[in-house]
Amino acid sequence: MNLRITLAVAHRVLIQLRRDKRTMAMLLVLPCVLISLLWWIYEDANPMLFDSIGPALLAIFPVIVMFLVTSVTTLRERSSGTLERLLAMPMGKLDFLVGYAIAFGLVAAVQSVLAVGVSVGLLGLDVVGPLWLLTVVAVVDAILGSALGLFVSAFAQTEFQAVQFMPAIIIPQLLLCGLLVPRDAMPPFLEAISDVLPLSYAVDAMQHLTTSTSTGQVWQDVAVVAAFAVGGLALGAATLRRRTD
Amino acid sequence: MMNNAVEIRDLHVVRGRHTVLEHLDLAIGGGVTGLLGPSGCGKSTLMRCLVGVQRIADGSVEVFGKPAGSAPLRDRVGYVTQAVSVYDDLTVAENLRFFARVLGAGRDHVDRAVASVDLEEYADDVVGRLSGGQRSRASLAVALLGEPELLVLDEPTVGLDPVLREELWTLFHQLADSGVAVFVSSHVMDEAERCDRLLLMREGRIIADGSPDDIKQRAGVDDVEAAFLAIVRQDRGDAS
Ligand SMILES: Nc1ncnc2c1ncn2[C@@H]1O[C@H](COP(=O)(O)OP(=O)(O)O)[C@@H](O)[C@H]1O
Ligand SMILES: [Mg+2]
Repeated sequence: MNLRITLAVAHRVLIQLRRDKRTMAMLLVLPCVLISLLWWIYEDANPMLFDSIGPALLAIFPVIVMFLVTSVTTLRERSSGTLERLLAMPMGKLDFLVGYAIAFGLVAAVQSVLAVGVSVGLLGLDVVGPLWLLTVVAVVDAILGSALGLFVSAFAQTEFQAVQFMPAIIIPQLLLCGLLVPRDAMPPFLEAISDVLPLSYAVDAMQHLTTSTSTGQVWQDVAVVAAFAVGGLALGAATLRRRTD
Repeated sequence: MMNNAVEIRDLHVVRGRHTVLEHLDLAIGGGVTGLLGPSGCGKSTLMRCLVGVQRIADGSVEVFGKPAGSAPLRDRVGYVTQAVSVYDDLTVAENLRFFARVLGAGRDHVDRAVASVDLEEYADDVVGRLSGGQRSRASLAVALLGEPELLVLDEPTVGLDPVLREELWTLFHQLADSGVAVFVSSHVMDEAERCDRLLLMREGRIIADGSPDDIKQRAGVDDVEAAFLAIVRQDRGDAS
């Protein structure tokens, strides 16, 4: 791995994002809008529910958004020939992957600061644990989303196909992560499945943070999510072939 | 004899269901070497082999005495893919600065590369909003970064206006004079005259190899397109 090249990739991805106003809005503004919408829905019916669902959303947004953005951008690199060109240059696979992870991790940090700011500052979400740890969890979640997106981009030929992985890979995790029904209240079979899905741990970490001052469990959950992210990046690296047919 | 930049021995490449290159032997030295042949004959496949991004079934490809695509070669070989491979959402200068950082080339390389392809006026324009010819010149500029010793250019002049094409061929010869081995493909026969050495390719085989004058003389005609036809006809005669 080469730091100069890794940072060059991260810098380039950030310039591309900055130029794309609509994607920037999706990354930074949309999560705040959606979380406000959620708060508004429950305002009259059951304000307590916002406190239990809000934290889960803070974990889910980075995963979904980064999954989408990464799967499409890396697919574009594969099909436009820029990836082929980079791999013919002194570019290591890790430089490429880690460069992307750094760029999206940074964006996720900003995204989470904004979303947490709105949730806690404006909407009165109760967070018992340290706020900064919420951002750490969100960044790890974002890297997980990027890793998954990078991996699936190898199996798509078009951007349209890449987007289709979203319902296939993300929605099942969304249903099983404890957002709709607490995980320990699910049928045992489904609970067992949710135990091996990374988003469950991402959501658990956020929920712990909002209800408890002890951070040991949070770090454990973060470690599980990080392990999935590293596994995803390793799988993604395996799909980046210098030589192709 | 001068050492060749490229040595290909018994190269065999299969893509999908088709054998694209079969038992290909070829050495490429200095000067401007042109690879001409109809679309689909295997030009891009051969070029991909030289930069080490093509999976090969058999044989060997060596560049400067090392296996093609190996790490020590990656900043010594400049490559232009047939598709325009720069980022559409970055400006010309941003693209070049990025690739220069990857190659470890200085800022002065960026300015020089932009000037070489005559894009100074458009350096701060987003590539996606340039014309086809301007975009392919931006892609070509990337290959000039970092003073490569071998340039592999896959149809770099397609769709350019004649004046610009003339300028680029002059640039290729300047580079060749300064010691760079230039390997350039085209499917347009009238570019053949500009090469020091010409390789005519058809269905994955090199059917003629020599200076444009030699090839025309041997075929007894006075343009390269006619020579190509004559050689193919003769080839078929031999085969039957
Ligand atoms: N991505 C690919 N997958 C499978 N086969 C391919 C691919 N690209 C090209 N081919 C095959 O390789 C042959 C040579 O293609 P190519 O090297 O691109 O020719 P040229 O550059 O001379 O037009 C084509 O006839 C095609 O059948
Ligand atoms: Mg081609």
